[in-house]
Amino acid sequence: MMNKITFTRIAYPILITVLTYLPIVVVVIYSFNESRLSSSWGGFSLKWYRELFRDEDMFEALFNSVVLALSSSMLAAILATAAALGIKNANLPGKRLIERASLLPLIIPEIVLGMVFLAFYSLLGMKFGMMTLILSHTAFCVPYIYTQVSARLEVLDSAPIEAARDLGASGFMAFVTVTLPLLAPAILSGIFLSFAMSFDDVIISVFCTGVSVNTLPIRVYTQLKTGVTPEINAMCTLMLAVTVVCYAAAAWLRTRKPAKH
Amino acid sequence: MIKKAKGATLAVLPLYLFTLVFVIGPLILMLVLSFSPRDGWGYGSGFTLDNYAVVFSGTYLNTFVTSLKLAVISTAAVIFIGYPFGLCTALLPARFARFFVSTQMIPYWVNSLLRLYGWIIIFRAGGLLDAVLMGLGITEEPLKLLYTYPAVVVGMIYVLLPFMFTSVYQVAEKLDLSLVEAARDLGAGRAYAFLTVTLPLTLPGLKTGVILTFIPSMGLFFIAQILGGNKVVLVGSLIEELLMKAHNQPGAAALSVILMLLTGAVCLLMMRKPRWQK
Repeated sequence: MMNKITFTRIAYPILITVLTYLPIVVVVIYSFNESRLSSSWGGFSLKWYRELFRDEDMFEALFNSVVLALSSSMLAAILATAAALGIKNANLPGKRLIERASLLPLIIPEIVLGMVFLAFYSLLGMKFGMMTLILSHTAFCVPYIYTQVSARLEVLDSAPIEAARDLGASGFMAFVTVTLPLLAPAILSGIFLSFAMSFDDVIISVFCTGVSVNTLPIRVYTQLKTGVTPEINAMCTLMLAVTVVCYAAAAWLRTRKPAKH
Repeated sequence: MIKKAKGATLAVLPLYLFTLVFVIGPLILMLVLSFSPRDGWGYGSGFTLDNYAVVFSGTYLNTFVTSLKLAVISTAAVIFIGYPFGLCTALLPARFARFFVSTQMIPYWVNSLLRLYGWIIIFRAGGLLDAVLMGLGITEEPLKLLYTYPAVVVGMIYVLLPFMFTSVYQVAEKLDLSLVEAARDLGAGRAYAFLTVTLPLTLPGLKTGVILTFIPSMGLFFIAQILGGNKVVLVGSLIEELLMKAHNQPGAAALSVILMLLTGAVCLLMMRKPRWQK
């Protein structure tokens, strides 16, 4: 009863994986379609890639999405890591309550979050744009990072930190040289997760953005509602290519480095 | 020790304030708004239950039922597809399991709307699916699957499956197989061993998966819009319409409160410890 390969165990995951990639493969194939219509094949062409690279709005949206995902996941990482570290020792009134509250965005439907943010910013008279987007995305990124970091802190061995302090390291030095590296994997995986969530978010962004700022998901969403140009197939293909290259590079780095324990 | 506590307080403070202002604040505003009377395009002061009365009136209630039905159907489908997927993968040798985990993660990084567009191409009348089915002589005419209920369900399953998969996989990976083996040695049949050992031990993963699937499924209005046309109207679309077109913030707030109560109840139900663990 060891972990071994049986027909069902391997056939079923393969079937689901094939179905997962089916629509992606279709989009990739159609990105090379000469015809504007997705119902007919007009021959192989790179036309839509040329169109895509000429489309400044699309690249601006992509740029906005990257800026948004980067800043909100970084901001959330700082807030969440500091809080996770401090919450054990802090004597603040109702700190567990505030811990729970900061995790709330995880269990509230996005549509509700979008609604409350919209109402809140308009009450404050804030200008809708990148700033409101970053604030909202930070709020829903915090739980992803907080849960990762606090789970890691639970099992963290305090001996190396105490050893560093005993050997004369200041609290700050011990934090930078010992605690932070030990927490880094958790912080990083939290950042990756929240980056992906922010980068892909449609619902909250639709409510929190102004007329002037488009993100990539919002742009694709508007196109899907009003009329699609095959450019977005090319965009999908490029995003897939970048992701696969990154994953392959990470896998290669893992195998090249001697396994560390 | 006092100094340490001071530093700790200082470290917690930024998130404390941020949460107070940007999570608690907006949620309280939502609650207040839901009881406020409408006043032109804005809202006035005072207390009213009108917004809730509207929510529980015919059309709105129907939309709620439609959304709930779709959420339940999608979540059930995701359980039936995703649970065995996570379990099978966890039982494979590590090398294979890693492959399936990363192939499920990669699409996360490609815009979900772009991936859904692939289904549009497949489902469109005279599209890929029709071409294949008609080419094989299975169907005579185009199925016209796009803009139908099944298309929306496929889209929901497609977007939500990875959440169930990862939750189940993470728990099933730590499953102690010797327990299953012991049950089998003691005469339990395959099905009985699964029901009494494997399922209870992987149930926490399944429950996390249900939370991660059900909550978003109540709000994923864009899937219904692009794959269902205007035939399937969900609470999410309704809130969007009330906010963006009708500028009716109190109405949208009342709908949101009801939606939150509903998803909150499901969450609590899932987080309750089963009797044998008490």
